[in-house]
Amino acid sequence: MSQYLILIYEDETQYASATPELFGEILQEHNQFAAQVEQRGVKLLGGAALQPTGTATSVRGSEVTDGPFAETKEALGGYYLIDAPDLDAALAVGKLCPARFGGVEVRPVMTFD
Amino acid sequence: MTVADPSAVAAAVADAHRREWAFVLAATVRVTRDLDAAEECAQDAFAAALTDWPVHGIPARPGAWLTTAARRRALNVVRHRGVERRWLPLLVEEDSVPGPGELAGDDGALPDDRLRLIVTCCHPALDRSAQVALTLRLMCGLSTAEVARAFLVGESTMAARITRAKKKIALARIPYRVPSAAELPERVDAVLSVVHLLFTTGHTTPAGEELVRRDLVERSVELSRMLRRLLPGDPAVAGLLALVLLTDARRTTRTAPDGRLLLLAEQDRAQWDRPAIAEGVALVREALRSRPPPRYALQAAIAAVHAESPSWDDTDWHEIVALYGVLGQLWPSPVVALNRAVAVGFASGADAGLAAVDALAGDRQLAGYGYLPAARADFLRRLGRVAEARAAYAEALSLTGNAVEREFLAGRLRQLGGTPR
Repeated sequence: MSQYLILIYEDETQYASATPELFGEILQEHNQFAAQVEQRGVKLLGGAALQPTGTATSVRGSEVTDGPFAETKEALGGYYLIDAPDLDAALAVGKLCPARFGGVEVRPVMTFD
Repeated sequence: MTVADPSAVAAAVADAHRREWAFVLAATVRVTRDLDAAEECAQDAFAAALTDWPVHGIPARPGAWLTTAARRRALNVVRHRGVERRWLPLLVEEDSVPGPGELAGDDGALPDDRLRLIVTCCHPALDRSAQVALTLRLMCGLSTAEVARAFLVGESTMAARITRAKKKIALARIPYRVPSAAELPERVDAVLSVVHLLFTTGHTTPAGEELVRRDLVERSVELSRMLRRLLPGDPAVAGLLALVLLTDARRTTRTAPDGRLLLLAEQDRAQWDRPAIAEGVALVREALRSRPPPRYALQAAIAAVHAESPSWDDTDWHEIVALYGVLGQLWPSPVVALNRAVAVGFASGADAGLAAVDALAGDRQLAGYGYLPAARADFLRRLGRVAEARAAYAEALSLTGNAVEREFLAGRLRQLGGTPR
């Protein structure tokens, strides 16, 4: 088994204008996702949703600046950490992951052993 | 005591390299679970053959001899694998039951892992250019320099591309296995796209002095044949083999003895490779029985109409227009639409053809595609609209990199009183 990080990149403005009903729907999707992942022999080790990039602060050396590291149309908005047998299994989970306003990036986690 | 003379051995090793490289390598990867180590072991086995076969004779089954030799070396490598290598992840090896196409090896004991190897080379998580490079290197045994030459890039660029792809396979854990039945069609489709790209690149090289890159064409025909043996029931595979056979059957007639381009209308059909055409036509019939018809099978059906037509004048252009229509409906593509427009011109006259081509002029994907102005130019020439035809030939010339095609377009331009630049 190997760990992969699923990074969720989406258009934040879509969330800024979303109704509470839509938020509820998306939350529901994420709950269903968690259940489906476990059924596929993949372990969900963790995950979180992030506050919008407007709340981000970048630090480079001692210099502190307001905003995310890089301004992009689709910004990192959340992640899941999974344990999967191989990339095919990880990509299958990536395809299941809710990201209606963008997509996800699947990255293998480096191991030191 | 010399049992086999050195030149016969050299020829036998070269022949085995061409036929058996992928088999030997794929069976060795299963032992090393590492592509680089497996490549080294396979290369060592071929080198050993050069010294062993003159003494002990050329084995009855060179592939089995080479595979056994490479796997023996691989076991040694695995046993002595240094600590410094241990942190590198090994290829994921599933101890599953053999998947479809995993035939028993030639002598029953050696695994035929070529399908695992080629689906790994063509994994969708790899860039298309990396898929092509890995396929040539790992399936066809080409050196990095040869792969670089095939795609007109520098050797160091190609080496970096191959290294990066191998690294991703290992670090991201792209599995070395035959995909499940559910995933197989999609994965085979990726493999077929790579083999088709190799074929089209060789059939009319995008740049260079020769029209055809024989090595690329022959490698892609061999890969198609190999896939057919590995997946005998797959209609998409049958379709691709049919397409490459039917298209390549015309190879020797596509240029005149002086190297000049000969159009389909001018080719000597008596010189077309009839056994290849017969084989291709039978494969098309088989592949077209599946629903929906596979993409390459439809393209092969179009090639078959030409191949079976006794002369240019007898060509059933309405059938060809209809086939392009089906193709375009199932897999919409501006290139297919352009080919259909050209066929319309032969089925219904140059006016209709020109109108159909002009309808595609605004397509962004066709911007910079030399065959569009070339098709326009031909219709305009046939309609006697000389000035417009000249302009279109000049535009086509500016977008064409192949020397043989350029000479053809320049000749047309001169016939119309223009000056090629």
